[in-house]
Amino acid sequence: MNRVELQQEERTAAQRRRVAGRARYLAWLALSVLSLLLTAGLAVTIGPADVSLTDVAASLAAHLGLPGAAEVAPLTDSIVWQLRLPRVLTAAAVGAGLALSGAVMQSVTRNPLADPYLLGLSSGASLGAVCVIILGVAVALPAAAFLGALAALVATLSIARVGGTITPGRAVLSGLAIAQLGGAATSFIIFWAAKGDSYREILNWLLGSLAGSSWSSVVISGTALVLVGAGIVLSATRLDAFTFGDTAAATLGINVNRTRWILLGAVALMTGAMVAVSGAIGFVGLILPHLVRGLSGPGHRRLLPLTVVLGALFLIVADTLARTVFDPRELPVGIITALIGVPVFIVLIKSRKAAAWS
Amino acid sequence: MVVILDRVSFRINGTPILTDVSAVVPTGAVTGLLGPNGAGKSTLLRLIAGLETPDAGGVELDGAPVGGARTRAGSGLSRRETARRVALLEQNAAPSVDLTVREVVLLGRIPHRSRVLGSFGGDDDHRVAEESLAMVGGTDLADRAWRTLSGGEQQRAQIARALAQRPSLLLLDEPNNHLDVSAQLGLLGQVRGLCAGAASSSGSGPRSDDRAGLTAIMALHDLNLAAAFCDQILLLHHGRLVAAGTPDEVLAPSAIAEVYGVDCDVIPHPRGGHPVIVFSPSAFIPGFPPSRETEVTQQGRGSR
Repeated sequence: MNRVELQQEERTAAQRRRVAGRARYLAWLALSVLSLLLTAGLAVTIGPADVSLTDVAASLAAHLGLPGAAEVAPLTDSIVWQLRLPRVLTAAAVGAGLALSGAVMQSVTRNPLADPYLLGLSSGASLGAVCVIILGVAVALPAAAFLGALAALVATLSIARVGGTITPGRAVLSGLAIAQLGGAATSFIIFWAAKGDSYREILNWLLGSLAGSSWSSVVISGTALVLVGAGIVLSATRLDAFTFGDTAAATLGINVNRTRWILLGAVALMTGAMVAVSGAIGFVGLILPHLVRGLSGPGHRRLLPLTVVLGALFLIVADTLARTVFDPRELPVGIITALIGVPVFIVLIKSRKAAAWS
Repeated sequence: MVVILDRVSFRINGTPILTDVSAVVPTGAVTGLLGPNGAGKSTLLRLIAGLETPDAGGVELDGAPVGGARTRAGSGLSRRETARRVALLEQNAAPSVDLTVREVVLLGRIPHRSRVLGSFGGDDDHRVAEESLAMVGGTDLADRAWRTLSGGEQQRAQIARALAQRPSLLLLDEPNNHLDVSAQLGLLGQVRGLCAGAASSSGSGPRSDDRAGLTAIMALHDLNLAAAFCDQILLLHHGRLVAAGTPDEVLAPSAIAEVYGVDCDVIPHPRGGHPVIVFSPSAFIPGFPPSRETEVTQQGRGSR
């Protein structure tokens, strides 16, 4: 066999591997979507009142006006449609949105520790939301949360910016400071306005809770996820260009500053919407992208869609645990995400891949 | 690609970095950009790549001014158009990414992809990536993890990434940093080969037909490597172009003493005939005989 034939052979082998890789990824994606649908359905059935999957399907069919819907007891129907379904859908949208935000922040700042919670966006958004709810500031709730997240982002990055550069270490440190400040201000406002069970409310904003979910929270978080999330997923190629840093991105024809600020603004918008309905839930944005990279590889075209699906799945599971483990009392869901997230994070730090983090 | 620098000046916060630099780089030439640290070599490369905009003067690539986005005249090259013509390898590119070499090389296809839905890693992109790797003799590196490569292999893969952009102009900023001698020679030989290959077989190979001919400009510290591998030398000092021409013309002991402040002799290479620069520690070791030419320069300087 001559050289040309050998090269040809190698090329087709590489092509075959590529096709296999694509098939493997699509299989993971399909499996994840299926698990997400199944988990969402099961999560609706779990709770103090007995609800079966058939009840869930029947209730859904009835409300969506599908033909041949079976009869459901009115009580079961309102538990499904008014209580559990909005909560599960909100959890899905918030989980997906936070995970996607984390993935974008990690790529754009080239900082594996970047995430809306760690860099202070979530607590800024909490503060904005609490200002509206408790102090009665006359701004729409998601808008206030967005402004809070944006202010926290700008504050974190300007503190971290010394001599024109932002190092990962400084970004995390200043994010920590802003997160503490936002958390303290949020707590103070709730405490000062003290009516009823303020401690529980403080915890819900600082650690996150989906207990108050309604169809309006589904609309807020879902709209943000669909509109902002679609824009982000379509920016996958631009995110790839940041792999070797700003100069490399610029030589690949990317307007680095504009791209970075548009994407970070989009993340602030999305985080604002998510925190407005759920409070500041940690670890979803930090952990999920790292876990998903293990399945999808670092290319954003594959990373982002899978991150969305698995982020949604993760938060549905975490929230279901939060409301059932100590039934009838409910834990803030942030406790569960931290309990799952911290060990995973430790494994990631200790693993070989963390060599790239230093 | 013909590169024309027309009285390029650039300042950072009022400090002049480059002043009135004019030069022409012909198609297919390997040009060495020399000068001490801080002479403005990297900045000049960034200006040519369109990453910075000159405060005065301009850069033309094959007659088209760089920086269309800013001039808004419509005639200049946008970032993306520039990225399809010019590839820049910066100094010390990030060593720790979790990619395979193939994925790294594929990044070079980004300027050629549709912004929104372009097929990432389509068969076409993969073909170009493989050809680019083959051009630097790195076919066997394709499936290795980036972080496991040696410094020399990383530089070769970086050049393959740059070639995947299908540039007509290759800019390299101190590509020999951290490389051992054989890797240094190998790398520069490769760059020379790419330019020569483009000149002789224009149109074939991975570059598109209308922009045949790879041209290279590289910032170098090693004067001897520059003398051996470059067709043309541009010598920068304090942001000004102090000499331009062939290595024979530019690399004279007086010019080297002027710019670098070191004493040296220049002799022809025993086999190649190109200039070889032999540095002398006369300023640092008492009694070491200074070369005659620099003695004159240094005396002249002392009396000023």
